[in-house]
This record gives sequence, C-alpha cells and structure tokens, in this order.
Amino acid sequence: MIQQAFFAYFAFAITVLALVVITRKNPIHSVAWMLLLFFHIAALYLFLNAEFLAAVQVIVYAGGILVLFLFAVLLVNVREEMRISRFIGAGAAGFTFAVGLLVVVLMALRSFIAAPPGMYTIEHIQQETNAIALGKVLYTEFLYPFEITSLILLVAIIGAIVLAKKGLRG
Amino acid sequence: MVPLSWYMVLSVIVFAIGVFGFLSRRNVILMFMSIELMLNGVNINLIALSHYLQDLRGQILAFFVIAVAAAEAAIGLAIVIALFRNKATAHVDDVKELRG
Repeated sequence: MIQQAFFAYFAFAITVLALVVITRKNPIHSVAWMLLLFFHIAALYLFLNAEFLAAVQVIVYAGGILVLFLFAVLLVNVREEMRISRFIGAGAAGFTFAVGLLVVVLMALRSFIAAPPGMYTIEHIQQETNAIALGKVLYTEFLYPFEITSLILLVAIIGAIVLAKKGLRG
Repeated sequence: MVPLSWYMVLSVIVFAIGVFGFLSRRNVILMFMSIELMLNGVNINLIALSHYLQDLRGQILAFFVIAVAAAEAAIGLAIVIALFRNKATAHVDDVKELRG
C-alpha cells in the first residue's frame, strides 16, 4: 500500500512537472522545473533498485546537461520570449498527434507479454552491489557498444567545438 | 508491489508529453528539452523492465541512452549557438532557408 502511494506521488509529480516544463513562457523557468523533474525521475530509479543510474541521472542530467541548457537559454531574449506566442501555428496538430500516439501505445501495451525472468534477482545483485554487477555486464557482454559510446562522445566534443567556435572557416 | 504496467503507462505519458512539446513549441531550446523528456520516458521504461525481468541489460541500455543524450545536447546546443550567431533568433519559424 505504501509503495503504491509512493509511486502515485512520483508518477503524478513527473507528469505534472513534464507538462509544466513544456508550457512555460520563460525558458529559464522551464530549465528550473526540469531540474525538479530530473530529481523525481532519479527517485523513481532508486525505487526500482537502480541506485547507480539514479546517481548518473543526477550527475549527468541535472549537473551536466541542464547547465548546458541554461547556458544556451541565456542567448534567448527573454523579454521578447514573454511577448510572443509559445506555440507555433500548427501547435494543435502537434497536440493531436501526441494524444493519438499516447492512445495507440497504451492500447498496444495491453498485449505486452513479459519474457521469462533472468538471473539477476534482488538477492544476487545485493550480494555484489548494483554498481559491481552493472560493471561486470557492461565490461564483458557490452564492451564493444561501450567503446562505440566513447567514440560518440569524442565526436560530440569535436563537433560541438567546430560548430560553436567563431570564425573557424577563416 | 507496484505492477510493471503502471511504470509503462507513466513512461508512455512522459514520452507523449515530449512529443507534444517537440511538435508545437516555437523555441529551439524548448524543443531540445522535449527530446530529453522523450529520452527520459524511454529510460523509465527500460529500468522498470530491467527490475521486473531481473535482467541488468535494461539498465545498460539506459546508460547508453544517457550517454547519447549528453552527446545530442552538446551538438544540438552548438547548432543553436551557430544559428543564433547567423540569424539572431532561436525560433524555428524564423529559419526559412538552408543557406547560412
């Protein structure tokens, strides 16, 4: 019962915060609400026994990506932003498509059949802690995708510098 | 015990809100934030499945999604800065030509 109550609070808060984020006029307010949203999502991960990913969520999303967003938001003229309309002319079409997608996927979820459970039970993970169990899978079974991920991050660093640097083309 | 389907419904709702924001906001930065919202919806689903199916691979996939989201945010915001330098705008409907 208490678990359902916790989940109900977090689900409600996440839904409301997500709606608040995308409807604010002032982008700085959006970023601030999104910080709160990411902390709620991290709490939901803790609830699902994924403590390492909860920490990564707070560090990478709240600490890294949101600061980047805040940095870019400062480019926007907030006074002009408050004056003009938030949504594009076809905003109603976007709403229709989003609701249609929601309904279709919710209907598709009813025919979901779970796979047989794997070997990583709570007791197994508790024995060697979440981070160690995760690391063992990541550095053996997923070593190759892990290397590709590091390459993607390298390309992103170089690409961001090339795109944002002034007068690189001479 | 919270049933798995509740988490899946929550993840679909967050994803749909992200789709709505991406399709209808005028500001490019808000569109990028909507993409992050969609990726977070997917992450909720992956981690819930990882817990309920007792398989760590869902968490690994969520880990990769976070890495790709960081790369995407860096590149996307660099594009916003380049756009702002050329056009002095962050609104999608002010950008009408491919020539920079």
